[in-house]
Amino acid sequence: MGQQYRVAVLPIVSARGLTKKFDDFEAVRGIDFEIARGEAFGFLGPNGAGKSSTMRMIGCVSPVTSGTLRLFDLDPATSGKEIRARMGVVPQQDNLDSELTVFDNLVVYGRYFDIPRAECKSRARELLDFVQLSDRADSRVEPLSGGMKRRLTIARSLINQPELLLLDEPTTGLDPQARHILWDRLYRLKQQGVTLVLTTHYMDEAEQLCDRLVVMDGGRIVAEGSPRELIAQHSTREVLELRFPAGTNAERARSVTDLGERHEILPDRILVYADDGESVLHEVHARGLSPESALVRRSTLEDVFLRLTGRSLVD
Amino acid sequence: MSQETLVWRVVPPILRHSRRAHRMIERSFYVNKLSWMIVVSGFFEPLFYLFSIRIGFGSLVGDIEFAGRSVSYAQFVAPALMASSAMNGAVYDSTMNVYFKLRHARLYDGVLATPMSSKDVAVGEIGWALTRGTLYSIVFLGCLIALGLTDSWTVVLAVPACLLLGAAFASVGMAATTYMRSWEDFDWVQTIVLPLFLFSATFYPLSSYGVWGWVVQISPLYHGVALVRAACLGIATWGIAVHVAYLAALTVVGLTIAARRVDTLLCK
Ligand SMILES: Nc1ncnc2c1ncn2[C@@H]1O[C@H](COP(=O)(O)OP(=O)(O)O)[C@@H](O)[C@H]1O
Ligand SMILES: [Mg+2]
Repeated sequence: MGQQYRVAVLPIVSARGLTKKFDDFEAVRGIDFEIARGEAFGFLGPNGAGKSSTMRMIGCVSPVTSGTLRLFDLDPATSGKEIRARMGVVPQQDNLDSELTVFDNLVVYGRYFDIPRAECKSRARELLDFVQLSDRADSRVEPLSGGMKRRLTIARSLINQPELLLLDEPTTGLDPQARHILWDRLYRLKQQGVTLVLTTHYMDEAEQLCDRLVVMDGGRIVAEGSPRELIAQHSTREVLELRFPAGTNAERARSVTDLGERHEILPDRILVYADDGESVLHEVHARGLSPESALVRRSTLEDVFLRLTGRSLVD
Repeated sequence: MSQETLVWRVVPPILRHSRRAHRMIERSFYVNKLSWMIVVSGFFEPLFYLFSIRIGFGSLVGDIEFAGRSVSYAQFVAPALMASSAMNGAVYDSTMNVYFKLRHARLYDGVLATPMSSKDVAVGEIGWALTRGTLYSIVFLGCLIALGLTDSWTVVLAVPACLLLGAAFASVGMAATTYMRSWEDFDWVQTIVLPLFLFSATFYPLSSYGVWGWVVQISPLYHGVALVRAACLGIATWGIAVHVAYLAALTVVGLTIAARRVDTLLCK
C-alpha cells in the first residue's frame, strides 16, 4: 500500500545525471536522486562534497550544467520564478537584510513573493513566535546571536508557506542548545507536511532529521538509504573503540586485526567493527592488550562514511 | 492580442522582464522609514547652491548671450546645478550603495532566492535612486521658482529631464559597480564625475569649448544640462530629441548590462 502510494505521486524533486561545472572544475558529477513529497531528505558529506552546489541548483539560483532536474514537475531553466515561489531557502551563509529590523526582514521578504502587506505582517508575527524571536521583533539583525540569526533565516524562508524547504547546513557553527531548538522546529515543520531537504556534515543531525539520505563525496553519491538501512548495509551493529598510549596504535593494531568483521586505524584510536562489541573487548583483554580506554557503541553514519570513503566526515 | 501585451511589446526587454522591480523600491522605503532626517537634510543642498550663485556669481558676472537672447549668469548656471545634483544623487545611489548590498550585505543573494529576478533587482535599485532623485528635483524646482531664476512654465519639464538624466547615470553607474572589486575602485567614480561636472557646458556655453565641443557632447551630463536648461529657459529645438535619445539609450544599455552582471555574479 505504502509502496503503491509512492509510485503514484510524482516526486517533488528529481534529478538525473545532474552535473555542475565551475569553469573546468566539476563540483557535482552526474548524480541521480528523487525526493518524495513530505519526506525529510538529506545530503550528508564533508566540506567540498558538492552539497551546496547541488542545493543551489535545486534552489533555482544556479543553472544546471548538464543532466536533468525537475521540481514540482517543472524545469528550473524555464520556470525558475514559479518554482521559487513555492520553495523556502535557508542558505549556508545567512543573508538577512542588515538594513531592516527583524520584523521588517520578514515583511519585506514576503513582499518579494507578492504577498499582501497585511498578510505579511500577520505571518511575520506568527513566525517570530514559532522561532521564539517575538521579543526581538524591533531589533536590528546585527546584534542577534548566530543561533537567533539562523532561526530568523528559517522564519524568513517560511513566509511564503513553502511546500519545499531547503536547508544548507542549518546548524553549522551553533552551540548544542541552539541546535536542539532548531531540530525541534524542523521536526514540527515536517509534521506539518513540509518537505525538508537539508545538507549537513553532522551525522547526528542526519540521523535525527532525515527519513532518507544520500552520502556525497567528491561530487558523487556514494550511498543512499534511510540512516538505519545505511548502517545495516555498510557497518556492523556495534563498534569497539580502543585507545592505546600515544604512538603505539599501529603496532597494537596488528594484534587485533583478526578480531571482529573489520577494523579502521585512526591516528588516535582503533575501531573494531563487530555485531557484539563486548565479546571482542573480552578477547582483547584475554590477549593481554591493555588499552588506555575502551568503548563499545552502536554504529553511526560516521562509520558508514568512514567505510565508504576511508575518511572522517568532520576533520 | 490584448492591450497589455501590445504595450509591453514596445518596451525594451529589460523593462518587460522586471515587473516585480517595485518590490525593491518598497524595500528601500522600509529601510528609509526610520531615517527621514537624512533624506530631508538633502533638501538643503540645492538651496545653498542656488543662494551662492544668486548672491555670488550673479553679481560678479554680467548677462550672457544664450540661444539668441540675453540671460543672467545665474539663470544660465542654475539649470546646470540642478542637472549635476541629479547626476550626483544617481551616481551615489547606484555605486557605493549598490556595491555594499552586492558584495558585503549579500542582500541580492536573498532576493534572488524568491520569484524576483536580477532584472527586478537592477530596475528596482535604479528605480529607488530615481524616486529619491525626483523628490530632490522637485525641491530644486521649488527653489528655482522661489528665487526667480526662471520665467517659463516649461520649467516643470526640468523634473522629467532630471529623471532621465538620473536614469542614465544610475544605470551606467550600477553596471560599472558590478565590475568593481574593492572600495578603492570607487576613486574612479570621482575621477570621472568631477570633469563631467566641470566640462559639460555647465559653467559656459558649448560654443566656448571651440574645437573640443565634440568631446563635451559625449558627456551624458552635457545632454542632461541641455535638457534642463531648455526647460528652464523655455527653449524648444530639435536638439532636445537628440538629448533624450542619447540618455534613453544609455539607460537601456546600462540597465541591461547591470542585470546581466548581477546574474553572472550571483547565479553561478
Ligand atoms: N562559485 C564557485 N566557483 C568555483 N568553484 C566553486 C564554486 N562554488 C563551489 N565551488 C567548488 O565546488 C566544490 C564543491 O563545493 P560545495 O558545493 O560548496 O561543497 P559543500 O557544500 O559540500 O561543502 C568545492 O571544491 C568548491 O571549491
Ligand atoms: Mg556547503
